[in-house]
Amino acid sequence: MRPVVDYARLREEVMEVAALTNYNRASLIPVLRTVKEKYRGIDSEAMQIIADVLGCHPVEVNAVATFYAFLNPKPEGRFIFRLCRTYSCELAGKEEIAKQLSRNLGIGFGETSADGMFSLEWANCMGMCDQGPAMLVNDEIHTKLTPNRVAVIVQDYKKRPEAHTPARAAEQPLLGENPVECES
Amino acid sequence: MADNTCLPRRRAPLSQLFQPDLPRETPVADAIGATIGVTIDGMETKVPLGTTILEAAKSMGVRIPTLCHHPDLEVAGICRICVVEVEGQKTLQAACAYPITAPVRIKTYSKAVRIARRHVLDLLLSEHCGDCYSCIRNGICELQQLAEEYGVDGFRFGHVEEPVAIDDSSFSIVRDMNKCIRCRRCVRTSIDVQEVGVLEAMNRSNKVEISTFMQKPLGNEICINCGQCINRCPTAALYANPALDQVWKALDDPNKHVVIQTAPSPRAAMGECFGLAPGTSVTYQMNTGLKRMGFDHVFDTNFTADLTIIEEGTELVLRLYKALVEGETSVALPQFTSCSPGWVKYCEHFYPEFIPNLSTAKSPQQMFGALIKTFYADKLGLDPKNIVSVALMPCSAKKFECNRPEMVDSGYQDVDFGLTTRELGKMFHQAGLDVPTMPKSDFDDPFGGATGSGLIFGATGGVMESALRTVIELVTGRKVESIFEQGDIIPVRGFEGVRYVEVKIPDVGPVPDILKHLVPNWDWLKGATLKVAVAHGTANAKKVMEDIKHGGKFSHCHFIEFMACPGGCLGGGGQPIPTSKEIRAARAKAIYSEDHELDIRKSYENPAVVKVYEEFLTDGPCGHKSHELLHTHYVARGKHIE
Amino acid sequence: MSTDAIKTQGNTLTFSAIPAGEGLRKALAMPRVDIIDMVRDSKLKGRGGAGFPTGIKWNFAAAEKRTPKYVMCNADEGEPGTFKDRLILSEYADLVMEGMTIGGRAIGASLGLIYLRAEYAYLRKHLEDTIKRRKAENLLGQNICGVEGFNFNIMVAMGAGAYVCGEETALIESLEGFRGEPRNRPPFPVVSGFLNRPSVVNNVETLAWVPCIMVNGVDWFKSIGTNNSTGHKLFSVSGDCEKPGVYEFPFGITVADLLKEVGGSDAKAVQIGGASGRCVPKKDFERRLAFEDVPTGGSVIVIGPGRDMLDLAHNIMDFFVDESCGQCTPCRVGNDKLLKGVEMLKAGTCSDEYLDELKGLANTMQVASKCGLGQSSSVALLSIIEHFGDEIHGR
Repeated sequence: MRPVVDYARLREEVMEVAALTNYNRASLIPVLRTVKEKYRGIDSEAMQIIADVLGCHPVEVNAVATFYAFLNPKPEGRFIFRLCRTYSCELAGKEEIAKQLSRNLGIGFGETSADGMFSLEWANCMGMCDQGPAMLVNDEIHTKLTPNRVAVIVQDYKKRPEAHTPARAAEQPLLGENPVECES
Repeated sequence: MADNTCLPRRRAPLSQLFQPDLPRETPVADAIGATIGVTIDGMETKVPLGTTILEAAKSMGVRIPTLCHHPDLEVAGICRICVVEVEGQKTLQAACAYPITAPVRIKTYSKAVRIARRHVLDLLLSEHCGDCYSCIRNGICELQQLAEEYGVDGFRFGHVEEPVAIDDSSFSIVRDMNKCIRCRRCVRTSIDVQEVGVLEAMNRSNKVEISTFMQKPLGNEICINCGQCINRCPTAALYANPALDQVWKALDDPNKHVVIQTAPSPRAAMGECFGLAPGTSVTYQMNTGLKRMGFDHVFDTNFTADLTIIEEGTELVLRLYKALVEGETSVALPQFTSCSPGWVKYCEHFYPEFIPNLSTAKSPQQMFGALIKTFYADKLGLDPKNIVSVALMPCSAKKFECNRPEMVDSGYQDVDFGLTTRELGKMFHQAGLDVPTMPKSDFDDPFGGATGSGLIFGATGGVMESALRTVIELVTGRKVESIFEQGDIIPVRGFEGVRYVEVKIPDVGPVPDILKHLVPNWDWLKGATLKVAVAHGTANAKKVMEDIKHGGKFSHCHFIEFMACPGGCLGGGGQPIPTSKEIRAARAKAIYSEDHELDIRKSYENPAVVKVYEEFLTDGPCGHKSHELLHTHYVARGKHIE
Repeated sequence: MSTDAIKTQGNTLTFSAIPAGEGLRKALAMPRVDIIDMVRDSKLKGRGGAGFPTGIKWNFAAAEKRTPKYVMCNADEGEPGTFKDRLILSEYADLVMEGMTIGGRAIGASLGLIYLRAEYAYLRKHLEDTIKRRKAENLLGQNICGVEGFNFNIMVAMGAGAYVCGEETALIESLEGFRGEPRNRPPFPVVSGFLNRPSVVNNVETLAWVPCIMVNGVDWFKSIGTNNSTGHKLFSVSGDCEKPGVYEFPFGITVADLLKEVGGSDAKAVQIGGASGRCVPKKDFERRLAFEDVPTGGSVIVIGPGRDMLDLAHNIMDFFVDESCGQCTPCRVGNDKLLKGVEMLKAGTCSDEYLDELKGLANTMQVASKCGLGQSSSVALLSIIEHFGDEIHGR
């Protein structure tokens, strides 16, 4: 029952960000960030709208989106858990954290939960090496993780208003390769 | 890289933060003219400031291997096979990307260089899947050649065994990513040279792959099938969808009547498949070879090129008459040529609103196809269903064109197979036919030999020159030689991306018989200035189209020739590999010199053409019959990819 | 401002004693040439790791006639084990912006861009607030500090998760809306950078030191550190030590002295300079951290006794296989081969002959790759192979 993405609105949102740089291609990454943040994915239609607004080819938008870890065009969860995998965090015990995260979220790395709520990924160094293990959940940073704290943090996100009704995540418009159409 | 032509010009500046549209300049631009001393492998020379090491070495006869470098493309510096030692630099430098701005000493084959090159090859081969002997580019592969030169004797760093699926969804182009070395020559071709944006590098690091938009099959993409990517691919990652097996099958079948039409450009390039220098024409030797191979008849596409001029020229005259005399405002002008199927598809995708401007005249290939299975079949008393019509073209887009669903006006697929120059070259080799040493023989009747006008279709500007030769003579009643020396309309020739020419019509003559039913007189053209333009390569086409959209000078043109490929058909995507400015120029020279040798150089004087109008297309150019067989319609495809 | 940043321990930084605005005012009282001379005379070198003299960089950009010019702050701090820029941006953003403004004055630029890595998105608001405040204080904007005609603005541009964008030309590509793939150099960004205009790209810390030099003087700066590595350096210390954090030490400090300060003296090795740096074994702890000896962007990862050095090698190669831009052959394919080699070493299935092949490949990657990433990705591995042969062979 996911609502169909309103592409006309998406175009306006793209135009708004692009206007800041005179519709120059220089706004491609800010535009992609905006779309990704809002719709959690960047689908074929969105890429073509962006290409049209910025006057470049859709394939170039596709190429840029797949280059950057934070612009992954595939649809992802409302909360993206990114656990640091670099050496300082490894020394600090990231493996246990990884196991605990996977258990609490019920998904493996590179996966998104069925309710569209959570995604779990590895990230490279996020500059919290003195306070590892560290992870980002969207833009929020969590440091000095222990398996116990992970359980609490995950619970906390599950209680957030955005997540309160599990069904709500699924009601958000979501851009993906096969967007779910409204059933009549 | 930064392709500034992509920056939109259609929006008013809302912010002064950034300055769009700045060309990427090199630091040495202001010091042009200065020369600098350079020592390469102990030899000294002077080169202009800013010359790359690669160019400097070449000028001294020192060959540095390259893979990602291509003379037609912007420098990438990414394959690293061309690395050399530059004194004073800690690391090796890519010769293709290093501009000489101060005196330097360079070693091009030191131990470190040789080791690095070998490593680069080993790494490329480690992700290269497939065997050379079963490869379509066996023998003309740049990777294979370097592997041989650098003594690659095994897979030091492993080898991919599991192939990925080949994309043969396009009628024209096959993508085999097993062979891709990520040099991105196709990417730069697709984005910089042709402005179509079909291929780009996706992902990063070891997951980088060259891909279409959203990994869609090429057949579903906004691809114009021009095959320029094929001509620049160093390996077999891209090649024309082969038809030679089907053609052999037809030749082997005693119940089939197999005919072939040959376009002028392959004839100027076929010699290259036999080791001859570019620009060695083998037209008449090839005729013999084709007959020995088993073709029942060999025809000259120039015949329908001449027919195209008559039909397209008449169409232009009619459009002008309607607009200028009858004052009809809905007439689409300028009229665009429609003989390049790559350009036609480009227009259908990127400028669908200009489809009314495209001449409805079919391309020479398709006109011929329609005539072979009607006029020719009647004449010889053949059942068209037993005729297999093959076209030798310099082009990969012609394979798509002959499969367009509307191209069945004879009641059958008008042209069954399009063969590229490369494919026919391979067939000659398979048949053991050494074309250059064959005796010469002529084209077959009833379509006969060539006029110079049809011939020069192969070069950019050629269609325009042919059209002008005919139009000028039909309208003024004067010989074109009295206006342009030897009848060579030099202003429309050359390799500049876009050319604009004005031709004055000072006086007019009587309307020739063939057009009498269409216009009463030429008085309305007296003193007029015919404005024409020529563009080749779709990036240049885009410039012209944008200018037209914005009401610039090209919007006031009457007739514009567009060719999808740089250089025109002679630089087509089906032509022998490699390609470069020099090679294209040599082929053009061959075409223009052959034009000079011909007695008849104007389309309307072609006796076979005259005969066809007398015997078959009896209601004349743009008449009912010709509309049925020689004209077509187009599809507004748009840019949207489902 | 991030509360986590406050949790970062360390010693007292010089930055804490430099009042906002003072360095800028001093700089604005000088002719432009003198600003560049001061920076050059101080011998301040790039703090991101490469160590290019800042004054020379600025001089090149100042000499370019084409305008507009740009000052970029490279806040794409992605080197594993480095977090000093995060601390500077959260606590001393004023100094960074001041460094940019002084740079803008010196080279004749009127726009500065902070390229902030996506992982630091939580700092964005703080930075934008600081910009707003500085505008209100006339430290940014039009006619800054009353200097007629000196206009300079700063914008924050976000990265999107790519380590390679710390390379200055990749950073510029990214800012222009392209894949973060390093360009061929020359031309260098000082000649043709952002939108093909002269652009100076400096590390966060480098820029923060500029106002300090303006306030305390060239002689003060030169009196600290070594001859070729002047001034203090911020070190990001993490790993097996008692007091991880951001520390300011003069250049030239020995590894042993640093370890003593942070409580990591029992280390068996330290990884200096992050993933792209080298691994220094215990026997070399008397070596000095300076451009003359062991160069570093400031990352120090302490490796305690009992750690498996191949785990470090594995982690680093994993990192580079993920973060290579994938443009040039040696880096795109080479890192993958090295990673597989490390996996073979760990499993005890790598022959000595193949190990030699890998070492040869690593050397080629260092000389033949297009940018610093591929040129340095195998440094750590080679130093581990060199110093910890017993751990590698005994499997």
